[in-house]
Amino acid sequence: MQHTNTQDTLVGLFVAAGIAGLFFLSFQVSNLSSFTQKATYTVTARFDNSGGLKVKSPVSAAGVKIGQVSSISFDPKTYQSVVVLQIESQYNTLPDDTTASVFTAGLLGEQYVSLEPGGSETFLKDNGTIDITQPAIILEKAIGQFLFKAAEEKK
Amino acid sequence: MTYFLQNLGKSTRSSFTKLGRATFFLLQTLAGIPSVLLRPRLLLNQLYSVGVLSFLIITISGLFVGMVLGLQGYNILSDFGAEATLGVMVAASLVRELGPVVSALLFAGRAGSALTAEIGLMKATEQLSGMEMMAVDPIKRIISPRFLAGCLAMPLLTALFSAVGVVGGQMIGSGLLGVDEGAYWSQMQASIDFWDDIVNGVIKSVVFGWVTSWIALFEGYDTLPTSEGVSRATTRTVVNSAFSILGLDFILTALMFGDN
Repeated sequence: MQHTNTQDTLVGLFVAAGIAGLFFLSFQVSNLSSFTQKATYTVTARFDNSGGLKVKSPVSAAGVKIGQVSSISFDPKTYQSVVVLQIESQYNTLPDDTTASVFTAGLLGEQYVSLEPGGSETFLKDNGTIDITQPAIILEKAIGQFLFKAAEEKK
Repeated sequence: MTYFLQNLGKSTRSSFTKLGRATFFLLQTLAGIPSVLLRPRLLLNQLYSVGVLSFLIITISGLFVGMVLGLQGYNILSDFGAEATLGVMVAASLVRELGPVVSALLFAGRAGSALTAEIGLMKATEQLSGMEMMAVDPIKRIISPRFLAGCLAMPLLTALFSAVGVVGGQMIGSGLLGVDEGAYWSQMQASIDFWDDIVNGVIKSVVFGWVTSWIALFEGYDTLPTSEGVSRATTRTVVNSAFSILGLDFILTALMFGDN
């Protein structure tokens, strides 16, 4: 009887350890904790070029992550990229003349949307739009222009 | 020449026959699972021998794999000045691939071989036919509890392996090599997705647990009732499990992660 009791305890400990491992993976390793049960509101921004932006790319203001990109689509009428941003509801005091730009974290890092607040008194609302946008800087284009200029100056 | 052709045909046919027997065996085992749930004691005993006894080898291997990933990843990433992404590298490789695959290989070596030897010996010493004589169904009494225990233990062992590995990588990365601890965890959390990475890893481990237990139990049940037969069956369990795990892993990876 004693033997089966210890065996039961060990099996119990094993199952508990396994479940603890699963919880650790879910909450400490993955992003489950950062985007659950947080209320968000959506804002649309139209970019001339959204570069390498992807769904789930971060949206940040002053370097702090406040939301993520929820969808990117192409508007065939204006030839612009329509990017839908999900911003956490606690940050609902962004002015409606906020500027959205696509930046790259570091030289080779991932691209993100940076929001720079303007000076307006009215705030962005759910399903609102950001009118002032700055397209992504395409590195190849910039290098091409730089080389072109350098060749012009040599002449 | 005709001899060669004859042999080829014979071995092809016998391998298909074996596959058919294995499938029938699997169906019988699945049909026996409801009766196991009525006797949880049988399942508990098997969870002990399959899960608890594999606990040590899994956690220690996980720790060392994580530490090696930390060292190697740091060496490569520091060339690009990207040490901060060490956490992403360690966690992604563990959760997606190494966790499920290595723990399944260890599981096949540690628990699968023991299952085959145990059941093979039961058959060789005619304990299985003895049970049938007493109107006890050996599939329900012996096979199904072991199968279910394997399927339940494997995801838990894999989760432990990955979790311990991530901690091992952190120990080496931020403890020894000076990667910022906050960056290690926050970059990891930003890049590892719960559904795409963790859940897919768990699905992989369930599939591997299923396949490994199936192979181990079938090889034991199908063995020639001699000592040589048991030894061959044990070898086949480990070899076939390794093949199936690695092959299935490729297919599952292509299905789960292929589109991005």
